Amino acid sequence: MSTATEPVRILPQSPANSGSDSGEGQLLEVSMGPQHPSTHGVFRMDVVLDGERVVRLKPVFGYLHRNHEKIAEHETYLGSMPYTDRLDYICSLTNNWAYALAVEKLAGIQVPERAEYIRIITAEMTRFLNHAALIGFLTQDMGASGTPLMYAFRERETILDLFESLTGARMMCNYMRFGGCRVDLPAGWLDQAKKFAATLPRFLEEFERLLATNEILMARTQGVGVLSKEFAVNAGVTGPVLRASGVNYDVRKVDKYGIYDRFAFKVPLGEHGDTYDRYMIRLLEMRESLKILNQALRDIPEGPIVDPKTKIRGFKPKPGEAYGRIEAPKGELGFYLISDGTANPYRYRVRSSCMMNLTVLEDLCIGHNVADVVVILGSIDIVMGEVDR
Amino acid sequence: MDENLKSELRKQGIVATTLQELYNWGRKNSLWPLNFGLACCAIEMIAASMARYDMARFGAEVFRPSPRQADLMIVAGTVTKKMAPQVVRLYNQMAEPKYVISMGACAISGGPFKQGYNVLKGIDRYIPVDVYIPGCPPRPEALIDALMALQKIIDKQSLTGADRPRHLQADAPSEFVVPEFGAHDLEPSQNPEVWQPPLVNISLGGTDDAGKH
Repeated sequence: MSTATEPVRILPQSPANSGSDSGEGQLLEVSMGPQHPSTHGVFRMDVVLDGERVVRLKPVFGYLHRNHEKIAEHETYLGSMPYTDRLDYICSLTNNWAYALAVEKLAGIQVPERAEYIRIITAEMTRFLNHAALIGFLTQDMGASGTPLMYAFRERETILDLFESLTGARMMCNYMRFGGCRVDLPAGWLDQAKKFAATLPRFLEEFERLLATNEILMARTQGVGVLSKEFAVNAGVTGPVLRASGVNYDVRKVDKYGIYDRFAFKVPLGEHGDTYDRYMIRLLEMRESLKILNQALRDIPEGPIVDPKTKIRGFKPKPGEAYGRIEAPKGELGFYLISDGTANPYRYRVRSSCMMNLTVLEDLCIGHNVADVVVILGSIDIVMGEVDR
Repeated sequence: MDENLKSELRKQGIVATTLQELYNWGRKNSLWPLNFGLACCAIEMIAASMARYDMARFGAEVFRPSPRQADLMIVAGTVTKKMAPQVVRLYNQMAEPKYVISMGACAISGGPFKQGYNVLKGIDRYIPVDVYIPGCPPRPEALIDALMALQKIIDKQSLTGADRPRHLQADAPSEFVVPEFGAHDLEPSQNPEVWQPPLVNISLGGTDDAGKH
């Protein structure tokens, strides 16, 4: 395995330029990662450069391959739930939901109304904190060291406080269950959440004013890494990256899973498909998340939070297969399950949004400067836990 | 030096100290961690350096992307068998004196992913670890606690004598074996200088807790 042992090497000269000793036409191969401050985890890119320009880029992953799917085949259905937290470790609650949805489809379980509302509240909060953190990391990659990320993490801590009082954990919530949720909202949680939601417009205003018309940000992102509509669809890109290219595809609107059809919200679309659009779409989606959050906090009914007929112990769905998918903050996250009637899934497959979105990275980067690679990678929004699984 | 005399002098505005205390005081309050996150725990590591927890209060907020400038490696997350050689190589590239915090269940033992075929069962098989933080992931407070524990360790290190730390012993190793993929697994599977399998004493003819045979 040749990894970081020889990070930099000069490739042989191309025949057209052989003989000139000016260095013209010489290609330089640089290994970015796996330890790199801007690769969002342990991700490596073999970048071939002509001067500053990227000629080829080969993503190398597997540095965080934690055998999630194989372990899940030996676990019970519920036993895999804590592992889903650790897929995309910034948004554990949406991962929980996608998995619960797949199992509910497989076993034909209904979810009570209150549980659906709780799921939507937590999922939209998760989307909010993911997008805020993403913009922080993206601007950090561009050199805005600290400030936007600190603003984002300030809001993140407030959301995590709410998650902690609800689920008992900050990051690894392990909260959804098949047919509902694990525990009911604690006393006063809704008021706290409403109070928090009331502070969010001010944060969004501040966050947008801080960056959206910043000259450096515009220079670094506009026209960089343009993803065309057709190519995005053909490559299987989903989520904000796809919508930034102008394709109107949001699983919340297409599938109307849960009770998303009851909420009034818009799907923001980009025009150019460049990095700036991918950045802007996140800001707009945070606004829409806030709309959904406010409606859900207003309308949440009383009632049971879990279907009483669901068996926790000895849960064995009938033989069959099911695919459950949701609009996770990073794109379409799906779980494909095959049951053979035993307590363990026969096959357990994760359709990872980050992994699919990452496949377009080379095409976005070619022709741009090497400094733009980290910006484009940041705007795609990957988490290695979900890419490598 | 007599402690009473020291405090008397301090009242007069005179600080008396030893070179060792001064040296350790300087080192422990400017630990620069390596900017190096592996998995989930890295997010909590970032959270610890952000405004609410603010690791800068303990002099450890300057995350360095280069191992040459770092004093402390926080192994934050699951170490897979593909990543383990890189982690050991980064540790070798750090300048002495260097310290390691093993953050989270995965870095300690493989954690929830221990049964996986690609997961290393603890980074302490290859490099010496100073502080372990349990948790999945540990809270930022736990990381700060570990940092303070490490500061206490540094404070106690003496510059002379047989128990002086590794970086002051000329014959002590500062580089460790970098594992490589062999036919089946990482080779070597552990570094015996650093880690040996724990010996479990099982006596078959003994009595159990109830006193019965």
